[in-house]
Amino acid sequence: MEPIVEMKNVYKRFGGIHAVDDMSLDMYPGEVVGLLGHNGAGKSTFIKMLSGAYSMDAGEIFVDRKPAQISNPIDAKDLGIETIYQTLALADNLDTAANIFFGREILTPWRALDEAAMEHAAIQVMRRLNPAFSKFHDPVRNLSGGQRQSVAIARALQFNARIIIMDEPTAALGPQETQMVADLIRALKREGIALVMISHDLHDVFDLSDRISVMKNGRHVWTGSTEETDKDEVLQMIILGKRPDGSYAPGILADENA
Amino acid sequence: MEHSGKADRKSFGARYQALANTLQLDTRLIAMLGAVICIWLFFDVFSGGLFLSPRNLWNLSVQTSVTALLATGMVLIIVSRNIDLSVGSLLAFLGILGGFAQTELLPLEGTHTWWLSILLMVIVGCLAGALQGWLIAAFTIPAFVVTLGGLMFWRGAGWLFTQGRTVTPLDTTYSDYGSGFIGETYSWIVGVVGFVCLVAISFWKRRRRMSLDFEVKPIAVEVAILAISAVLIAAFVWTMNSYDLPRSEIGRGIPAPVLITIIVVCVMIYIANMTRFGRYIYGFGGNPEAAELSGINTRHVVILSFMLIGGLTAIGAVISTARLNAAPLSIGQLLELQVIAAAVIGGTSLSGGIGTILGALIGAVLMQSLQNGMVLLGVQSAPQQMIMAGVLIFAVWFDVIYQKRRR
Repeated sequence: MEPIVEMKNVYKRFGGIHAVDDMSLDMYPGEVVGLLGHNGAGKSTFIKMLSGAYSMDAGEIFVDRKPAQISNPIDAKDLGIETIYQTLALADNLDTAANIFFGREILTPWRALDEAAMEHAAIQVMRRLNPAFSKFHDPVRNLSGGQRQSVAIARALQFNARIIIMDEPTAALGPQETQMVADLIRALKREGIALVMISHDLHDVFDLSDRISVMKNGRHVWTGSTEETDKDEVLQMIILGKRPDGSYAPGILADENA
Repeated sequence: MEHSGKADRKSFGARYQALANTLQLDTRLIAMLGAVICIWLFFDVFSGGLFLSPRNLWNLSVQTSVTALLATGMVLIIVSRNIDLSVGSLLAFLGILGGFAQTELLPLEGTHTWWLSILLMVIVGCLAGALQGWLIAAFTIPAFVVTLGGLMFWRGAGWLFTQGRTVTPLDTTYSDYGSGFIGETYSWIVGVVGFVCLVAISFWKRRRRMSLDFEVKPIAVEVAILAISAVLIAAFVWTMNSYDLPRSEIGRGIPAPVLITIIVVCVMIYIANMTRFGRYIYGFGGNPEAAELSGINTRHVVILSFMLIGGLTAIGAVISTARLNAAPLSIGQLLELQVIAAAVIGGTSLSGGIGTILGALIGAVLMQSLQNGMVLLGVQSAPQQMIMAGVLIFAVWFDVIYQKRRR
């Protein structure tokens, strides 16, 4: 199968800090990749370059084998790359439809907002995610954690995403809502969407992802199938940068001794 | 006993809220209208019927117009987490610029002098606003600082034109925009046109929602709301027409500044609720990071919002100088604080994201009513200011409680 996204040798610096240092990752349709690492390992920064929130200092991104220029979130969305941020990035004072269409509003022929059309579409997409949801006229600050998560996911689904990036999708949720998100991820996978999941929760990652990629200090440590590793090995990679074959990722050992 | 009383009150509140929800009404706006009505009745009783006389209401509406006009722009500025302290100074600068253009640049009393000077004021107002917005958006200098600079800068810049001399008299046609009125017939036409637009909009909205199988308000409620608006519009026009010209039976009709304000309010309601720009203002105010991550050009939004209030300031300058038939350097002093207070009393939250144009309009009416009423009752200006301060703080306190209980 052909990869839908290839990120090759990506670098990002903030001042003197190498936030991402030669990281690469491929994604395939219908596959979940779990991206793991400590706080500050560079996971979020790396993924924000795919979603257009940050620009790369060096490196290349290919979408469908074609070089892609992603310099802002609109570019990413035009390529079918949608991001569900850890903070959900919802405007709390706006209602569900306004949030789903935020930045991509439906307009009437005379360029006014078409509220009715947006609400109609919002009801359709929310029904897929959360059939019991009915608070369409409330500002999203009045919604529960799970409902807010649904709105953030609906924003990605509404525009026929092909690649969905989820940053800590279950961090703020209770057990039931976590289960809901897990079911949703499996459903998206069946639809042939490529997913990247950043998570601290090893249990979730092992449960849901097909492949695992580990980062430490902005560098790539190891990428492989979930089946060929276990939680202990992954923990060693996250904490020590020690790969399953006993070797260390380049640059890791020197950092530890220094 | 006390406990049960409290429970009763709460259930009444809940029932009221539920009723308002089914009717899709804004409870806060209704509460504010109630407050305005109470204030009006209070002053009317204690002034012996002077307050609600056509003459006083006519004057009240003219006095409110500049504050209300600017408050509609200030709402959008505050909703997007900024502030504009420069409106009073900028208004003085633009007024003097307009007076200077009429007396020094353009032919005195020329046919085109009035509209050319207004155009110049609006263009310069927009540019001045855009400049402040650009400093705020491009260099992330806090709006408070940039517009505090504007507060000091623009009045000084106005001095340069005339070395502090008051420009007077102004063009006669131009003066009509401050002290003119449109007469009885045109006032009724304005009222009817306004009502027809309201009917058309609600009819169109209803049909659109029904075509998508949405819940709509019961037809009786819709008709009732339209009937109430018809009565209010008719009462307004009738009041304006009842203030007669001296020694005659001919009514003055809607004052020009009020007509301008009504048009601006309608346009601003449209901008705030029906355009992308308005949506981005509210979204940005609710969560700036979300706006950024949604790919919205937040710089443009901020610059445009300041440009808008700059343009409105120019219109305010036209009205205030035309009303005086003079452009003194001292005009518009402390106006910025009045405008901000009107917006805040009208329910605009200084932490951003919340506020409506109609609320600001009612806030401006409420403030001006208090001031006007206290003058009628012979309250001196020092206690007047103290009372206004109390009202401002009370309004915000009420809002804090209201927002908490809604959650």
